[in-house]
Amino acid sequence: MIDFLARVLPEAGQIINLCAALMLLLGFSMLAQRRILTLINLFLLQGIALFVSILVVAVSTKQSHLLWSAMITLALKVVALPWVLHRLIRRLSVKWDVETLLNIPTTMLVGIGLVIVAFNVATPISELSGTVLRSTIGIALACVLLSFLMMITRSKAVPQVIAFLAMENGLFFAATSATYGMPMVVELGIALDVMVGMVIFGVFFFQIRQQFDSLDIRQMEKAREE
Amino acid sequence: MNELLFVLAVPLVASVLLAFVGHSRRAPEVNAAASFLTLAAAVFLAVRVVDEGPLILFEEHFFVDPLNVFLIALTALVGFTTALFSRPYMRIERNLGRLTGSRMRLYHSMFQMFMCTMLIALSTNNLGILWVAMEAATLTTVLLVALYRTPASLEAAWKYFILCGVGIAQALFGTILIYFAAERVLGHDGGALLWTQLDAVKTELEPTVLSLAFVFLFVGYGTKTGLVPLHNWLPDAHAEGPTPVSAVLSGLLLNVALYAIIRCKVLVDGALENAFASHLMMIFGLLTVVVPAFYLSRQKDVKRLFGYSSIEHMGIITFAFGMGGPVANVAGLLHMTVHSLTKSAIFFAVGHAAQMAHTQIIDDIRGLIKASPTIGWGLMLGTLAILGMPPFGVFTSEFMILTTAIKYHPWATPILLVALGVAFAAIFGKVQAMAFGRPSVKPLSHNPALFPVFIHLGLVLMLGLWVPPYLAEWYRQAAKFIG
Repeated sequence: MIDFLARVLPEAGQIINLCAALMLLLGFSMLAQRRILTLINLFLLQGIALFVSILVVAVSTKQSHLLWSAMITLALKVVALPWVLHRLIRRLSVKWDVETLLNIPTTMLVGIGLVIVAFNVATPISELSGTVLRSTIGIALACVLLSFLMMITRSKAVPQVIAFLAMENGLFFAATSATYGMPMVVELGIALDVMVGMVIFGVFFFQIRQQFDSLDIRQMEKAREE
Repeated sequence: MNELLFVLAVPLVASVLLAFVGHSRRAPEVNAAASFLTLAAAVFLAVRVVDEGPLILFEEHFFVDPLNVFLIALTALVGFTTALFSRPYMRIERNLGRLTGSRMRLYHSMFQMFMCTMLIALSTNNLGILWVAMEAATLTTVLLVALYRTPASLEAAWKYFILCGVGIAQALFGTILIYFAAERVLGHDGGALLWTQLDAVKTELEPTVLSLAFVFLFVGYGTKTGLVPLHNWLPDAHAEGPTPVSAVLSGLLLNVALYAIIRCKVLVDGALENAFASHLMMIFGLLTVVVPAFYLSRQKDVKRLFGYSSIEHMGIITFAFGMGGPVANVAGLLHMTVHSLTKSAIFFAVGHAAQMAHTQIIDDIRGLIKASPTIGWGLMLGTLAILGMPPFGVFTSEFMILTTAIKYHPWATPILLVALGVAFAAIFGKVQAMAFGRPSVKPLSHNPALFPVFIHLGLVLMLGLWVPPYLAEWYRQAAKFIG
């Protein structure tokens, strides 16, 4: 199976670069997306891009443990988390919510600035890396920083969580592109933490809404000031 | 049999058990008993490590040396006394109707799980597992901070979760970078994240990558330590959770996060051969001492007040480890010990005081000494100790840090002194008003457990007057590991 795929994938490097570019693009579109439902779908697409890139690396370099981490990504980022998020927004009936974002152009410009910073920071690392996808380390860091920015600019709970999960995507991508993935124990542990965190988030959403009648974090801050 | 196995397994088993029976009438005793067993195992482990030297266990994934065994013992001790304190405290909370049976179950189970994650973080040799355990500790404490489900506690827990989640993600990136640098030296067989192996080859690690990694790790674990400017979550989380949780957050979790930074600093120092990591720690340590000092006088909530004080002390310790050298390292370790003991003692007293007054607002708590001399004096003595008054251990460690600063970094001394002075004025004035005067508080429905308060303060007093030779030797050994 692996041998077969290896023959089919002579241009592994190209595919990985394509996935990396897609991840960055999706990072930007999440930054500007106002509808929660679309946001979850974008997150799903980013998960797929991550899965494909890890799979291609695994096949082209014959690193069998990366196949496992590709499977974890598929199960967690493509199937489980989007499913949970879809269920959550349906039960919270915020499916068609539209968030008012201020200054999308400014946010995008800051995002571009972050990408430039990320590429500059990553240059010395890329030069040392011997992996097939060393040029993508900068992109991975850029994805992390973009999610960071998204977390700061959002005021609703669900988009903040999606930003948090997208940051995890970026980190996984960084681990794959710089070092062909972390040791298995660590990856399993991280996956477990993400799962547990998601469950806690889910419980929290309901509690927050019960207390504040909304999932807007600004409401919470207002409650504190009074 | 191996003691470390007990240290880690007892809280884990207790956590699972208490998840089922945590609401029963005897659950607080089960909680205390489990913490006692952990402490006993930790003491045996400590004796063995100090006598026989470092241990490496479980396929090198865990290791214990004088540095972390000292923190393991401290964690187990404060965990045990906090469990003792939480027996009457949580009963009173339940009588007041602030908690239901299922919340008690959650509380007891998560308390033990939190202890377990901290002990794993302290004893693991694998930097990846260290990260996983730190994240798990965040998750368990988020549940604990949100225990009352009030609007303010949900807000605090959310802020804590988001800020520490973001912070700890940076630490993961740092860990990835270390792995990346190490993999080139150690190969890709899973050994490249083991601290002992990294330590052995630290001079061969790529300096640029490691300095970048340290920045990310410092930001990440620094968020959890409460270093300025990423300290915003800390006062809220301390104020809104149940008091036993504030005590372990302040006394233990901050130490564990700082421990993670120190471990990484050792590697970076070896690779860089310059003072980059030290300077970073000194600058942010100093900033963390100065900024909260000026917030203290504006606080109205007594637990927030001591939350800010914890930030300040974390700054002092970070600064001490930043300076490095034998004296400052011993002082840093000593300050970690005395701060843990004193601050948890203060929180024990504050918790009962707030229960008597039915509020945490400083202006509404008056005349504690008249209403209950033990709580009042416990708070007063604890405050004097934490402010660095002479017979207590905090004075000794702060004195050692200040003298080292005068000798090697004289520019920092006046800044430290001013910050300490401002903190003294702010905290002392507020606590004095709470302790003396006409009582505004009512007696409690259960007898409070103040025995832990005086044990802690007694230990701090002892460390101020006389450090037993065995303990001194232990501190020296541990300080040597930091370099």
